[in-house]
Amino acid sequence: MKLTFRRGVIHGFPICLGYLSVSFGFGITAVANGLTPLQATLISAFNLTSAGQAAGVGIIATMGSYIEMVLSQFIINLRYALMGISLTQKLDNCFITPHRMIAAFGITDEIFAVAYSQDGKIKPCYMYGMIFISWLGWVGGTLLGSLAGTVLPAIITGALGIMLYAMFIAIVVPPARQNGNILFAVLIATVLSIACYYLAPFISSGFAIIICAVIASTIAAIVFPVKEGEE
Amino acid sequence: MSIAVYIILMALVTYLIRMLPFTLMRKQIKSRFLKSFLYYVPYAVLSAMTVPAIFYSTGNYITAAVGTATALILAYLKKPLIVVALCAAATAFLTALFV
Repeated sequence: MKLTFRRGVIHGFPICLGYLSVSFGFGITAVANGLTPLQATLISAFNLTSAGQAAGVGIIATMGSYIEMVLSQFIINLRYALMGISLTQKLDNCFITPHRMIAAFGITDEIFAVAYSQDGKIKPCYMYGMIFISWLGWVGGTLLGSLAGTVLPAIITGALGIMLYAMFIAIVVPPARQNGNILFAVLIATVLSIACYYLAPFISSGFAIIICAVIASTIAAIVFPVKEGEE
Repeated sequence: MSIAVYIILMALVTYLIRMLPFTLMRKQIKSRFLKSFLYYVPYAVLSAMTVPAIFYSTGNYITAAVGTATALILAYLKKPLIVVALCAAATAFLTALFV
């Protein structure tokens, strides 16, 4: 099967639909935090990532420091560095540096998963097709959600505000159910996060995420190091 | 603190962390600790972001708790992301009609 631009678009279409609904929730959350629809849409257009954007909007809403913004984005998006490294092993020889610099923008959990699961070497046009259609869904959903957030009644926007977090639960729970080591990391991070929120409210949201994630991942990595070939 | 600067910083850090390893990396990470650490980071980040924030996400603890319970059950049953997200919002909305 040739991995062309067209095939990239076809493979990216389910991702597009998923992004459309989740970014709709992000748009709602963003305007609820005081951003305009234009600002929310620009954030989605240039970031293309759910967790990083959600944390970023929280930091903007509380007027956190720039350092907090930089560090939180670094930690939350660190996984993309790892995915990018894995993906380099599957690239076709025509994937030269300029192509890598462009395609890197579209490394997300979902796009990585689909691209990585293909047989054969990956060409730039295939990645561009998948990134293009996914990006459209992400940005379009944000625009619609943020506009809806400004006109829909509070009872509806309130309920939609839970969508982004529900999606995080949908990402974490299935692997945690199967893998006790992941569950261990999840429980430590959850307990630390609750402790930060109620016992140390002076720690802002972005820093709290960094502290909890780094401590939980460090403990889990020491107690349950991954076996070769498990990651 | 300017919103434009926040947005530019966000986009810049997010892009660089994707671009630099993807462009420059020519070999695998060797350190077992670093590999393990990076393996757990996404789960730890998402957990810390979700709790307790999800309980404040709807503006009402009761509707948020019902939505959270729905999401947990459906995620445990391995339902797709969209299904989990939409059902959590739907049950939170239905609960809000009675609270």
